[in-house]
Amino acid sequence: MMVERRPMSDFLAHAGLIVSVLLIAFPVWVAFVAATHDATRMTQVPLPLWPGDHLWENLKTVFLTGYTGSSAGVPMWLTLTNSMVMALSIATGKIIISLIAAFAVVYFRFPFRMFFFWLIFVTLMLPVEVRILPTYEVVANLGMLNSYAGLSIPLIASATATFMFRQVFLTIPEEMLESARMDGAGPLRFFWDILLPLSRTNIAALFVILFTYGWNQYLWPLLVTTEPNMTTIVMSIRQMLAAAEQSPQWNLIMMTSLLAMLPPLLVVVVMQRLFVKGLTETDK
Amino acid sequence: MADIVLENLKKSYGNTDVVHGISGQINDGEFVVVVGASGCGKSTLLRMLAGLETVTAGEIRIDGKRVNELEPSERDIAMVFQNYALYPHMTVFENMAYSLKIQGKSRAQIKETVQAAAEILEITPYLDRKPRQLSGGQRQRVAMGRAIVRQPKAFLFDEPLSNLDAKLRVQMRVEIKQLQRRLGTTSVYVTHDQVEAMTLGDRLMVLNAGRVEQFGAPIDLYEQPQTQFVAGFIGSPSMNFFKTTVIDNGATLRVGQQTNIQLQTNLQANDAEVTAGIRPEHLFLTDDGVFEIELLLQEHLGAETLLHATLSDSGQAITVLVPGYQQFEPNARLKVGYQPDKVHVFGDDGARLG
Repeated sequence: MMVERRPMSDFLAHAGLIVSVLLIAFPVWVAFVAATHDATRMTQVPLPLWPGDHLWENLKTVFLTGYTGSSAGVPMWLTLTNSMVMALSIATGKIIISLIAAFAVVYFRFPFRMFFFWLIFVTLMLPVEVRILPTYEVVANLGMLNSYAGLSIPLIASATATFMFRQVFLTIPEEMLESARMDGAGPLRFFWDILLPLSRTNIAALFVILFTYGWNQYLWPLLVTTEPNMTTIVMSIRQMLAAAEQSPQWNLIMMTSLLAMLPPLLVVVVMQRLFVKGLTETDK
Repeated sequence: MADIVLENLKKSYGNTDVVHGISGQINDGEFVVVVGASGCGKSTLLRMLAGLETVTAGEIRIDGKRVNELEPSERDIAMVFQNYALYPHMTVFENMAYSLKIQGKSRAQIKETVQAAAEILEITPYLDRKPRQLSGGQRQRVAMGRAIVRQPKAFLFDEPLSNLDAKLRVQMRVEIKQLQRRLGTTSVYVTHDQVEAMTLGDRLMVLNAGRVEQFGAPIDLYEQPQTQFVAGFIGSPSMNFFKTTVIDNGATLRVGQQTNIQLQTNLQANDAEVTAGIRPEHLFLTDDGVFEIELLLQEHLGAETLLHATLSDSGQAITVLVPGYQQFEPNARLKVGYQPDKVHVFGDDGARLG
């Protein structure tokens, strides 16, 4: 059955979409406008709805010197770097470990194989928040507080990604493995030459999700870092709000928020192209 | 180039025996087709040869060397899979070059070998394409190219034509045969299609429920089937079987009430129940034929007409192949004769008698 084209329903559909887009984009617009005014303007009512002329000034302030009103004035180039290192380590770490774990579970016959698979799977029920005290204890004892290792390693193990790669590997026909065996490829060669390229698109999709996950981490970085120079950008926003001795400087806070949104956005935009391209050429 | 010897080869999965002791020799340069219905163990046999399945008991020797414990890649054989199993992310060239690359051949050497193989198979224009940009027949060629470049001791084919349409299948069948002749490589080919088997094989190994029913030249299987299974499996349309009783001290078989089939060589039995087999193409319409049949259905194939009918007196099914286009009344009663030298007799156990 063909969907009929009716001008009226077209109009309603478009109107609905446009309103939704405006609704979602409005807060971002407000944030952007706030980031272009100076601190005094942001304390006056009504709040501005059109951009002012302090964009560069605000950008320079947060980027180079940090939030001036707070005691922990960490420049944003540092918090951005910290967040970037953490998010990248978590995403790549999760992908590498999950790929290897799934490879072992799917392609090797070893004792208690399914037991280990379920063991991995059960950890789904133990997110960071549940095991935060013991994990903190371990990280502290290993001397990893205030380090990139402490920020990322405890978050790397991932049952979800392992499970997903397991499903991906299961869709690859058995003949592919047999063919590779006939060609003389050992397990590692098969992994590197056949499995990895065939899971490329899934890796890309997962990277988008995991990078955003890593970037948005808040509770864990808050616990394991005490030194200002290890602050991540998400943490820094909260610290700005908590500045006790004065009212929050919304222009700088919004500028930070905007910039904090950029890297995940960039990852999504860049990876989406690869992701879609991959989806249209599924031939496993 | 090598011969392959199977010695009492067995395979079981747990308590289930799939292959019950297969023995046989495949000579150097020979094209052997393993044929049988699905589930008869033919693919398992091939996979044991390839090293993809372990051998439960018995021995496989390729070129005189026991290979039971060798990895697939160490057996120096190449396999063409049913769904081709081409690596989708590699170009045709890379697909064909992969095994050579693993062997550590030099770039120039790989290029030369792949190009030579591509020329034989006429796929040179597609070397830079990905498998998904190829048609079924082209993919099939690439799969064969992948086997050729390794210059193995033997080719193994696992129903390689079953994914192709009928016309292409006939064409590729001829090409595979020519290729094998040209290269002279020992080949084992598994199929369930008896036409493919008859046309391709120097010799056929007919498998049934994990056992070898008969292993011989196609024409021997057709003319001298050793078991009822082989008789029914080889030849299309398949052989007619009639329940008969031996009379006249083994000189005659009686079908139903009064229809008699005269045997050319006497049987050593009397009064026994045996099965007589006559191929549809060895029956003909004649006014003094011994069989009276009642027509059920006529199939016009153009060059010949296939008549499905029942014997009037005993109701047993019979098919008769008559030349040319012939039209009969529905439910017509016809007289059918047989060629006396083309009668096969099988005992209770399905083995050939006489």
